[in-house]
Amino acid sequence: MQNKIIHWFKYGSPQSFYPLAGKMLPWFVVLAVAFGLAGLWLGFFVAPTDAVQGEGYRIIFIHVPASWMSMFLYLIMAFWAGLGLALNTRLSSMMASAVAPTGALMAFISLWTGALWGKPMWGTWWVWDARLTSELILLFLYLGFMALQAAIDEPRRADKAGAILALVGVVNVPIIYFSVKWWNTLHQGASVSMSKSPSMAVTMLWGMLVMALCFWMYSIAVALVRVRAIILERERTTEWVKHAVE
Amino acid sequence: MLTATDLACVRGDRRLFAGLGFTLESGGRLHVTGENGSGKTSLLRMLCGLSPAEAGEIRWQGETIANLGDAYRKAVLYLGHHNALKEELTALENLRTTAALAGVAVEALEGTDLLGRVGLAGREELPVRFLSQGQKRRVALSRLLWSPSPLWILDEPFVALDSAAVNWLADVVSQHLSRGGMAVLTSHQEVAITGGVAQTLRLTQ
Amino acid sequence: MSAIDAVVTPMPAATSPAALGTLGVLVAVVRRDLLLALRRKSEVLTSLFFFVIVVSLFPLGIGPEMALLRIIAPGVLWVAALLAAMLSLSRLFAADHADGTLEQMLLSPAPLGLLVTGKIISHWLVAGLPLVLIAPLLGLQYDLAPRALGVLVLSLLIGTPLLSLIGAIGAALTLGVRGGGVLLSLLTLPLYIPALIFGAGAVEADISGLGAAGHLSLLAALLALAGFFAPWATTAALRIALE
Repeated sequence: MQNKIIHWFKYGSPQSFYPLAGKMLPWFVVLAVAFGLAGLWLGFFVAPTDAVQGEGYRIIFIHVPASWMSMFLYLIMAFWAGLGLALNTRLSSMMASAVAPTGALMAFISLWTGALWGKPMWGTWWVWDARLTSELILLFLYLGFMALQAAIDEPRRADKAGAILALVGVVNVPIIYFSVKWWNTLHQGASVSMSKSPSMAVTMLWGMLVMALCFWMYSIAVALVRVRAIILERERTTEWVKHAVE
Repeated sequence: MLTATDLACVRGDRRLFAGLGFTLESGGRLHVTGENGSGKTSLLRMLCGLSPAEAGEIRWQGETIANLGDAYRKAVLYLGHHNALKEELTALENLRTTAALAGVAVEALEGTDLLGRVGLAGREELPVRFLSQGQKRRVALSRLLWSPSPLWILDEPFVALDSAAVNWLADVVSQHLSRGGMAVLTSHQEVAITGGVAQTLRLTQ
Repeated sequence: MSAIDAVVTPMPAATSPAALGTLGVLVAVVRRDLLLALRRKSEVLTSLFFFVIVVSLFPLGIGPEMALLRIIAPGVLWVAALLAAMLSLSRLFAADHADGTLEQMLLSPAPLGLLVTGKIISHWLVAGLPLVLIAPLLGLQYDLAPRALGVLVLSLLIGTPLLSLIGAIGAALTLGVRGGGVLLSLLTLPLYIPALIFGAGAVEADISGLGAAGHLSLLAALLALAGFFAPWATTAALRIALE
């Protein structure tokens, strides 16, 4: 048991994590592609045509997994940032910074696909329903985190300030979601809502789950690539980086 | 007693110093010398607990200053490059507010008396922005007269002072040391502070 | 200039300074900031004028039709108050940071959370309370009924301290950072949204006859939550900013 603990902390330093990340990377890329192909096949060929929405609804196979990932990645980002703040470890903070852009991308994809879904369904490019609005606010939270880290020159200060922001954000996300839901139900005009999804055929659900796995593998793969780049940049004055880059 | 062990400091990409250590006892003074940019101010801020050390630890009476928290802050008086004065407030208001923020009550009469002792008699009611650099420095230094803290950390305290004020400050520090206090200071000038056990710490690039 | 004492007389033990209690320190912080605001009145007035101007802009942009203005009034007044509050946030710690007094606060034996709370209280008194007091006048420009005006004032009374508390976190995080003001807005505005929803919603609920009690209680709950957590997060952010 003692050995195993030492093993984990061994990978806690940027220097030892760098090659490990490099080795894990191809696996996640392969998994992402595999799940992606499977999910798209399920979504576009296997799942039946919806009675009400026709073929257009198929965009939910991108939209819903992207939404899930955007929320999940925020929690992951806050977790790593908080760990970095509490334990004063550099690598945890680097992971948080690596995850953030992908989370923002997922939120952005969710919003875009939401709009693309909305237009044929309800005639408008945007609808202020609770979920889309919360998604928009989540995107702002991601952008705020990234902007704050970009604006602070000193890396350790950027890590810690970002961590505080991410933790404050995590506490606020349920509050924001609740208040937006409250706002939406009170102002309920038309009953257009993405939450009121058509009754799911089993294959539709499977399609979304597989696509979610695809996005998850993609996110991990991209985070690994990004964290390797961050490690190289932040540790550029150390000997091992100078050797690695040669 | 203040002990530092194995302190290291990194600013940006540069390692300013490493493996630094010293012990400061009651009645002792530590002179930190070194060229500009060698990390003197960084070291002092580390000793205050403002900046975390890259490596090593600092202990006060045996306990790390991180663990002591507010208890350590009670024991420290820090005068940095800034005078920490509000320009719109008068010298007397500044003195009393600075004291209040440190949890010390100084009455108006007492404050006027203290300002008189630093050579600002008759100028207590002037907004600080009307004072000269030297006078502002004196208002800042008036802290040394009411503070109960045993450990003084002074960064370039003699800057902007005329020779009379320099001698005065040197005397104040000596008195503090003879009462059992301790001082860590940086100074570009050679100043004769008598009394107390002297150590010098030289920071080199 | 009177000469400095040639002989330094040490402070006799009898006059060793008295200690100031927790409340005393809090009062000292608030008094200091209020005194400073009094001597720098222009800063106080700018956010107030901003509030007034923004509220007056909307009819110019939308049209003077009273029926429409009555509908948008709660939202417009709240958004304007929110923006005015945010404008004043960058001043919360900046001046003290520049002249070194903030550093001394971090070194004070008094709990930093206490000092921060004092600063937030005085910030609210100077930047938030005036908005609450002038809001009824602006509400009349939008033809709000008297009871709705009352709800507006109450919602702002509960809401503006909440805005100061949340904003303090952002102000501390962006202290001395490039692009501070705009970055502060980007960070703080998403966190302001619940306050906006419940605040403006309270007035709308009153107008539509549903009663503002629910909204106001939620707003008060948020205030209690922020009052507890925000000073803590702000002190952490300040320590990081002054490393």
